[in-house]
Amino acid sequence: MTVLLSVQGVTKRFGGLQALTQVTFDLPEGQILGLIGPNGAGKTTLFNAINGTYPPEEGRIIFRDKDVTTLKTYDHARMGMARTHQIVQPLNELTVRENVMVGACFGRENQSLRHAADIADEVLEFVELKVRADQLAGSLNVAQKKRLEMARALASRPYLLLLDEVLAGLNSSEISNMVETVKKIRNQGITIIMIEHVMKAVMNVSDRILVLDYGEQIAEGTPEEISKNEKVIEAYLGDPKLAEKLLQED
Amino acid sequence: MKYWRTHLGLFFPLLVVAGLVLWPVVTGNVSNRESVFTILKAIALASSLNILLGYTGYVSFGHIVFYGFGGYVGLYFINEQGWPIWAGLLVGGISSGLLAFLLGKAILRLRGAYFALATIGINEAMKALINNLELFGGPIGMTLNFSVYKAYGGAAQALGMSFYIMAGLTFAALIASHLVRTSKFGLGLQAIRENEDAAEVMGVAAPDSKTWAYVLSAIIPGMVGVLFFFKNGNVEPHVAFPLHSSIELLVMVMLGGQGTVLGPILGAFAYQGMRGYLVTSDIFKNIQLSVSGVLLLLIVLFIPAGAVGWLRQRAPVFRRVLA
Repeated sequence: MTVLLSVQGVTKRFGGLQALTQVTFDLPEGQILGLIGPNGAGKTTLFNAINGTYPPEEGRIIFRDKDVTTLKTYDHARMGMARTHQIVQPLNELTVRENVMVGACFGRENQSLRHAADIADEVLEFVELKVRADQLAGSLNVAQKKRLEMARALASRPYLLLLDEVLAGLNSSEISNMVETVKKIRNQGITIIMIEHVMKAVMNVSDRILVLDYGEQIAEGTPEEISKNEKVIEAYLGDPKLAEKLLQED
Repeated sequence: MKYWRTHLGLFFPLLVVAGLVLWPVVTGNVSNRESVFTILKAIALASSLNILLGYTGYVSFGHIVFYGFGGYVGLYFINEQGWPIWAGLLVGGISSGLLAFLLGKAILRLRGAYFALATIGINEAMKALINNLELFGGPIGMTLNFSVYKAYGGAAQALGMSFYIMAGLTFAALIASHLVRTSKFGLGLQAIRENEDAAEVMGVAAPDSKTWAYVLSAIIPGMVGVLFFFKNGNVEPHVAFPLHSSIELLVMVMLGGQGTVLGPILGAFAYQGMRGYLVTSDIFKNIQLSVSGVLLLLIVLFIPAGAVGWLRQRAPVFRRVLA
């Protein structure tokens, strides 16, 4: 199996705050890696380090055999790394279709406007936003905006997709809908890292899971291994017994 | 079919400007020609500013610096080196573009109010520099040798020719504005306007795009400067770099509708019309700029999208024809 992304000893500080400490993992092509951890554990910071928003102080990011540690975010995007944001960032005064066209035009495939429009329609169909294509992005509701984020990322035809809490704020039927979408994306051969708080969903779709706590990598393994890992349960809930109870309820 | 729909937005802007240009030609009235010249100049400058302000979302309070600087350089070569007008126009446009390129590399990393403040500083710094530059005549400026006009068949002919060059520059500004708006480059600019960080994550190389937008928005003002000073016969620092003109340009773009091709045209037309009334009225002639200030305030408060933007929001029909 080829390694698509290799994160090697990544460390990030914000002033006195140690946001990430020596995070190291390899991500094989075609897998879904779940990234979990309590609030403030450094999950989004890890995304920011991987895609060049805030380059790390130490360590290296190797993407498709190239060192991308110090490249800009737009270079990452052009090399085939796309992401969605935890707090949705629609281009409000542009239409939904134009939003997605930006992804297609400036992403990995560097499409012309005309092709981008076709790709946008195709991707909007896939995320079930086709009927909203001519609406302004600012007029969508939260669930639709999350789908728009996804569509923009997909339109760039990425090798790696970073999903930052795409399920947060969605109701249960929207969640199962979105989980199906994520699975379909993986089946297209796109490698995914997803940050998620909805445990049931992330355990269900991930091939492997990485757990962060206070910027440190406290566990990595299959969903089964992680759910039985005492360190993880403690970090999350403080009380292992309570954790077991919650998992059973799920 | 698709081709026509893309370029439908250029129809009204071209029609309005063509009507303006034809008016003095048909009536043969020289005073009309001078009024239209002033309006065309405002349209060309406002449309250029719109590339930066409307499409990219960066507010420049000192855009007139490109008009003044390009004008000075062009007039210098026409007057002192004996270059023909077209070469002067070219060198004026290129030097303004070059100035914007260098400035862009330095100050386009600033956002919002900081960028706006920096642009004011640049205009004032350039005015001070030219004021002390012997090559360009220092505080006295430069006066065109009358013999320069001879090459064009005398002063009257040169003035007539200036009008047609102005018309050409205005059309060029419109077409540039339309091409940017409907291009992939323009889509990137609009993404930057809406959310620069998100645009970068999607792969828009914001620093480069912004710099090129700045350069594009500077070239035509530089050429307009050369033409205007050529026609006037002289240039002085305070005439070349008037800060209030930068603000008037902002009012024009905001009034008509930023980020549209037609907006700056209507805005420039309406503003020049209003200004013409105000400066000749007994009550308003001394407080003409205050009226512009109040107007800007009202626009920002009540119709931030400008006239064309407002219409586009009201009725989908307009979205297709008004661009």
